[in-house]
Amino acid sequence: MILIAERINGMFKDVKQAIADKDKKVIQQLAKKQTEAGATYLDVNVGTAAADQEGTMQWLVETIQQSCSTPLCLDSQKGDVIAAGLKAVNAENGLILNSTPLNKKDDDEILDKFIEMAEKAGPKAGIIALAMDKNGVPQDIDTRVALAAEIVSKAMEKGFDAQRLFIDPIVLPVKVPNAQVQPGNILSAMDQIKFLSDPAPHMTVGLSNISQGATERSMINRIFLAMAMSHGLDSAIADVFDADLMKVVATSDMLMNKQIYSDSFLKVYSSSAR
Amino acid sequence: MQVPEVSEGFTGLVNKITIGATKADGGTRTSTVTIGGARNVTYGGSIDDKSEKPVIALDVLDTRPEDWPDVLAEPYKDVLDNPADWVKKCVEEFGADLICIKFDGIHPNKANKDAAHAVKVTEEVLKAVGVPLILWGCGNDEKDNEVMPKVSGAAKGQKCLIGTIKEDNYKSLTAIALADGHFLISEAPLDINIGKQVNILASDMGFPLERIVAFQDTGALGYGMEYSYSIQERQRLAALTGDKMMAMPIICDVGYESWRAKEAKQVDAPGWGDAADRGPMWEATTAICLLQAGADIIRMRHPKAVTTVRKFIDEIW
Repeated sequence: MILIAERINGMFKDVKQAIADKDKKVIQQLAKKQTEAGATYLDVNVGTAAADQEGTMQWLVETIQQSCSTPLCLDSQKGDVIAAGLKAVNAENGLILNSTPLNKKDDDEILDKFIEMAEKAGPKAGIIALAMDKNGVPQDIDTRVALAAEIVSKAMEKGFDAQRLFIDPIVLPVKVPNAQVQPGNILSAMDQIKFLSDPAPHMTVGLSNISQGATERSMINRIFLAMAMSHGLDSAIADVFDADLMKVVATSDMLMNKQIYSDSFLKVYSSSAR
Repeated sequence: MQVPEVSEGFTGLVNKITIGATKADGGTRTSTVTIGGARNVTYGGSIDDKSEKPVIALDVLDTRPEDWPDVLAEPYKDVLDNPADWVKKCVEEFGADLICIKFDGIHPNKANKDAAHAVKVTEEVLKAVGVPLILWGCGNDEKDNEVMPKVSGAAKGQKCLIGTIKEDNYKSLTAIALADGHFLISEAPLDINIGKQVNILASDMGFPLERIVAFQDTGALGYGMEYSYSIQERQRLAALTGDKMMAMPIICDVGYESWRAKEAKQVDAPGWGDAADRGPMWEATTAICLLQAGADIIRMRHPKAVTTVRKFIDEIW
């Protein structure tokens, strides 16, 4: 399971404060602890508070890389902010650009731009592509799959390896009127997305979204993750500090025969699995 | 039809380890062996992905073997009572890469020799030859716990491969191998889950994973070889996909297991062909099959079988 750790995000108070104070320690501690907890990638999101988003992204990337070699996932809806991160990033061990839709009203070529940025960053750089377009987030299964298919075929046209592509079918909060059908829709969409290419593209979700505003958030996250993994999800942006969530990942990986069982399988997961 | 390019991009690799310490490394060995390092399955991927050349360890017993068939004992008939002469013959005449001292003689149901005997044999063998050593207990936990730590001490600093540790008996040998700078053999009874667990247990005691060689038990041709084969294959795939608890090189005990087969040792069997060839062929066939599943060290016994297997290794690697 490819785990993209979500905590270095300006939406969290401690990170927001650290950005304001230029306090490297807080950021570097988060990087270290998330790595120890089992993060494959560290998500880096400047949030909305910083006035200079590009400068902040660059500062975050530099700060993390001064103390930690875990690959990064540069997270912004703005191409310029990602580009600023790219100036500072070391993509040798891997990199993900997070994220782009198929197209936007004001930018029909955004997916191409992300693919080009990833190509330029190096052979181990991938992108997260959202199964949405200028018309917004699809609500039904077929549109999700159709958008994912367009993304995959566009990547193929450009010679971009499917294994560098992470399709995000977009998880919506379950606690929204009439949204309870969506988790099931996403699982059905995943069943089809995994056959869009061989080898299949990766699939990822912003896991915590599903429990946004709900009670029992951790439980909802955990159970949905296990369900989604059984439908082919092989990556998630998630809270790696949730020890119970990590146990779910370890157990699901083992039950799906991706890890060889041993009596200590829970204990060794974060150190041996990736 | 065009042959499609099937290049698998694995992320992990089998640990590469060097057994034996030369003078420069604080030991007295005159040669070392390096094994492991594969980045793909055997024959898979590019030529750069292949493992180091597999090596052959010849078995030498600490006491005269009681039950070796004549065909097997014949090449060693002058040296069976003297481990020092025996190892010399294995190295000088039969080209062993390393020697496996198998301490059958300490077993309570066999000669029940004591630790002083085992230490003496170890010291004599270390003096007699310069190749790296494997030091392998008798299989009786209690006796091995009593004797093998002393054997380990007698070879301290020589970077031997010592074994075996098992799920329910690993603590004393792991501790002493760590202290004496040896490599460990982790043993599991044809059970990959236990195999992984033993590695974890040793690692929990602070023993470096990259100093462990896995012994998943061996089945000879006709006697469960398929089980050994598929376990080794699965272990290799786990290693290649990044499971650090499964990234160990593999050792097989082909000699002992092959010569237990009645097809290998039975003399009075006119329909089966000449026993002088049949036994060595049984051993060589088992070895060659398991090499293809990814074995890194093969323990062997008959020189004729060694010649066949050596030729195979030299042609393939």
